[in-house]
Amino acid sequence: MAKIVAGVATSHVPAIGAAIDLGKTEEPYWKRVFSGYEPSKKWMEALKPDVAIIVFNDHATAFSVEIIPTFALGCAAEFPPADEGWGPRPVPVVQGHPELAAHIAQSVILDEFDLTIVNKMEVDHGLTVPMNLLFGSPAEWPCPVIPLAVNVVMYPPPTGHRCFMLGQAIRRAVESWPEDLRVVIFGTGGMSHQISGPRAGLINSEFDRAFLDNMTRDPIALTRIPHIEYMREAGAEGIEMVMWLVMRGALEMDVRETYRFYTVPASNTAVGHIILEPALAAE
Amino acid sequence: MRSQKEYDDIPGTFVFDAERSRQGFAINMFCMSLLKEENRRAFKADEPKYLDKYNLTPEQRDAILTRQWNRILELGGNIYFTAKLGATDGLSFQQVAAIMTGNTQEGYAEMMLKGGRPAEGNRSKREQAKSQQTTSEDKIRG
Repeated sequence: MAKIVAGVATSHVPAIGAAIDLGKTEEPYWKRVFSGYEPSKKWMEALKPDVAIIVFNDHATAFSVEIIPTFALGCAAEFPPADEGWGPRPVPVVQGHPELAAHIAQSVILDEFDLTIVNKMEVDHGLTVPMNLLFGSPAEWPCPVIPLAVNVVMYPPPTGHRCFMLGQAIRRAVESWPEDLRVVIFGTGGMSHQISGPRAGLINSEFDRAFLDNMTRDPIALTRIPHIEYMREAGAEGIEMVMWLVMRGALEMDVRETYRFYTVPASNTAVGHIILEPALAAE
Repeated sequence: MRSQKEYDDIPGTFVFDAERSRQGFAINMFCMSLLKEENRRAFKADEPKYLDKYNLTPEQRDAILTRQWNRILELGGNIYFTAKLGATDGLSFQQVAAIMTGNTQEGYAEMMLKGGRPAEGNRSKREQAKSQQTTSEDKIRG
């Protein structure tokens, strides 16, 4: 049986990708950000997952305003990095896991989540920046990836509660796959930030820290945060944090915090990162 | 016309909802076209002519040509799409954000390094109006 062995959440700030691509990671501004992920990369190397499910959002790259799916599961064999206006990021093509992805799609749709199936998709920094932060910059990515794109660009995104329930359905889907696979799931985006309008630059570290605390202490409380509260407290774009709740829903209720990192800012954004593992897992 | 929404009370924020998505369709499709290098070149060579291809209202067209970034958002542009116009002008997300806040890039970057714009005092237009009232009352009292 396949199993979800850990959950990871991290911001996916595009400027982090640019810093990697332009070789700025040793500059003090960026070193402050990247050094926070050094323990995570070591942890990931030891974890050696067979598959990663990465919950992310597309930023007007694969989806324009013509079609805006709420949840779209990447079922393709591969996902090339997209040209976001500056040429594609120099990262390896993301290999999919079409068999497991198709199984998850079928399972969650029959579990009453009406997913969109994507058989061809280019992926932007929303997916590849978190991969760099956790896997580094290898010549080939260490494991296949199943991308799950969530609409957080057009209001309203799915509610935090709906995201959490989808995570639970994904867990049931993974656990009904006969092959012994160890799966890690990522929730990406956030934390507090606003990049649009005269209020741009809003950061709310108090909100972010409470959110990080409640990933272990009271995830159900997080599922009850209404959209208006995300937007008021954590910035118009801070609403991306609902994507973390897909990851959280896919884990068992009782988890422990393996690692956490938080820093302000990366460009316009508060960078937050947490690693969660089952509470009963062997130390 | 736009119906009143709960989130219209958030100051300095244009929430990209279904209504703006419909209203700003042409703006966002234009911005999306700028993902291609040949389109960026054609746009830069003759901006008004390039915009003729899109079914923009005169206000939208003017906002784009004069780079009124906030107005573009208000008329239905989404920030991730609008950023592609910024990129065409050689501006980063942070540079566009700085312009939208009426700050210089240096000033904005410094604000971010100091922890960003606080939520306190920026949550609600109603609250802001109340506190301004209090301030002026205090002044009167003082």
